[in-house]
Amino acid sequence: MHDYGYFSVFIERMPDLLDKLYEHLIIVVIAIILGCIVAIPLGVYLAKTSIRWIRSLIFNIVNIFQTIPSLALLAMIAPLLGYNFKTAVVALFLYSLMPILKNTFAGFDSIDEEIIESANGMGFGSMERIIKVELPLALPYIMSGVRITTVYIISWAVLAGLIGAGGLGELILAALSLNDNPLVIAAAVMAMVLALISDFVLRLIEKLSTRRGQTAKQ
Amino acid sequence: MIEFKNVKKKYDNGYEALKNINLECSEGEITALIGPSGCGKTTLMKLINRLHNPTSGTITIAGKDTSSIDPIELRRKIGYVIQHVGLFPHMNIGRNVATVPKLLKWDKERTRKRVDELLEMVSLDPETYRDRFPSELSGGQQQRIGVIRALAVEPSIILMDEPFSALDPISREQLQDELIRLQRDIKKTIVFVTHDMDEALKIADKIALMKDGEIVQYGSPEEILRRPANDFVKEFIGEKRLEVYQDTPTIRQVMVNNPVTIYPHRGLAESLKRMEGKKVDSLIVVDERDHLLGYVTVFDVLKEYDNEAIKVKDLMHSFEYKVESHMLLPEAIQQMHERKASYLPVVDESGVLEGLLTRGSIVGYIGKEYDGEVEGVL
Ligand SMILES: Nc1ncnc2c1ncn2[C@@H]1O[C@H](COP(=O)(O)OP(=O)(O)O)[C@@H](O)[C@H]1O
Ligand SMILES: [Mg+2]
Repeated sequence: MHDYGYFSVFIERMPDLLDKLYEHLIIVVIAIILGCIVAIPLGVYLAKTSIRWIRSLIFNIVNIFQTIPSLALLAMIAPLLGYNFKTAVVALFLYSLMPILKNTFAGFDSIDEEIIESANGMGFGSMERIIKVELPLALPYIMSGVRITTVYIISWAVLAGLIGAGGLGELILAALSLNDNPLVIAAAVMAMVLALISDFVLRLIEKLSTRRGQTAKQ
Repeated sequence: MIEFKNVKKKYDNGYEALKNINLECSEGEITALIGPSGCGKTTLMKLINRLHNPTSGTITIAGKDTSSIDPIELRRKIGYVIQHVGLFPHMNIGRNVATVPKLLKWDKERTRKRVDELLEMVSLDPETYRDRFPSELSGGQQQRIGVIRALAVEPSIILMDEPFSALDPISREQLQDELIRLQRDIKKTIVFVTHDMDEALKIADKIALMKDGEIVQYGSPEEILRRPANDFVKEFIGEKRLEVYQDTPTIRQVMVNNPVTIYPHRGLAESLKRMEGKKVDSLIVVDERDHLLGYVTVFDVLKEYDNEAIKVKDLMHSFEYKVESHMLLPEAIQQMHERKASYLPVVDESGVLEGLLTRGSIVGYIGKEYDGEVEGVL
């Protein structure tokens, strides 16, 4: 049995809490990075392609992942990849796709036709134009997608504990079985704080990515 | 020079936007493409920098077929200004103006110098404006930036698609005046799309009037006003404007046709004799092929008369201002008045002397033609 209260638990179990927080963060960060690597280029492609059916096909597929309940998604992937870290990352990665994809698409879609036309007229190559002109303009949208996803995924990652992937969820699960209520609460608080801090930091980055000239519409 | 030969453009959806266009845009001139909305002006202009490619026919720049030039490279060599400016909102003014220099990998120092020079050209203080963002500028200022951005790497050709049409009338007039002033120095080949006849008449050297993908009439503003090809042109120009221009005399009708001239290598005695003989106080100096060189006055000649070694060319002054014979008389009179000139030399495009517009010739013309209606002309 434990011999700490709701406050002292943070002192007594700090090493475990930090340990699991770190695992938690790694799962989230890897899932988000993978999400960005896939969803941002895909979003740019969808915004640029003139083939309508590809656009709706991909949006529909990605949307499906979004609608599968998280526990069910984990249960579907676990038999394939095992009850481990990998499964958790893959499931969360699939969740991250939609918000990032949607916002990247919206960001590129929002760019005035005139800006693209004048860039073309001045002799930008299409890649050059996308990277130097369009990406900076779409960045605030993309960053806001990343932020929203990150905050969601931090809480969903708690479920990763159920399949033994580690993270704060694992600690909560263990504490529950031991009736260690202070530890359950402490681990939940850690997840909450992580979400709040991430939200704050990413909001800051979002703001920095919105240049001075962009806020006011021309 | 930009040359269109039998150019047709059919869009992918089957719409025939241009039907057999033949057009030449001369070096150093402003060619205005004008016509009602949807007649194909923008399409025609975009064929020049290959934002569109022709379905058939050829477009050549300085004799070179553009289809053999890489489009990206071509576009970097051609200035481009569009109606809604198209400034990059996330870049400050300095970086916006430096866009093409950067694409062409100019070094920092050269780029910075050029940006400042360009800002000064349109009277925007570099210190104040370099670091501002487009959204912090007025519409007129933004469009000035749009124009100098197109001039950055000194392209010999500039394309402008209704560049001033989104501006309020006052800024529009200002920018038109600035463009005219700028063009006097830079002498670019400019293709200027507009749907505003006043604008075309004001700034263009040549006007191509379009309708339904065809050029209905091509010529100088003067030619179009005086000899509209058909009713469509007349209607487009507007009855009112036609009346004004067709009743207004040009310099050609008023000028003295055979001014008293002398060659530059002639002596002073001969000069004085000519002045006496023709009862004039100055002589126009021309070369053997009648190219205008300058003038000598009787005072200069008398002052140096004793010196036999001195020739006309040693005493010659050059003219600060010359006019062409198609200029409208009221404008010429105003110019004479502003410049306090007692006469203006009239030359053709290649600088050959055609005549002189003198105060005497103006008074003579008015007396003859208007008979008491003088105020109507001025
Ligand atoms: N990309 C395109 N595809 C199909 N039709 C087009 C396209 N661009 C322009 N058009 C059509 O071609 C005609 C000429 O257009 P445009 O050159 O833009 O006219 P203007 O500049 O004189 O107003 C219009 O009828 C327009 O609808
Ligand atoms: Mg147009």
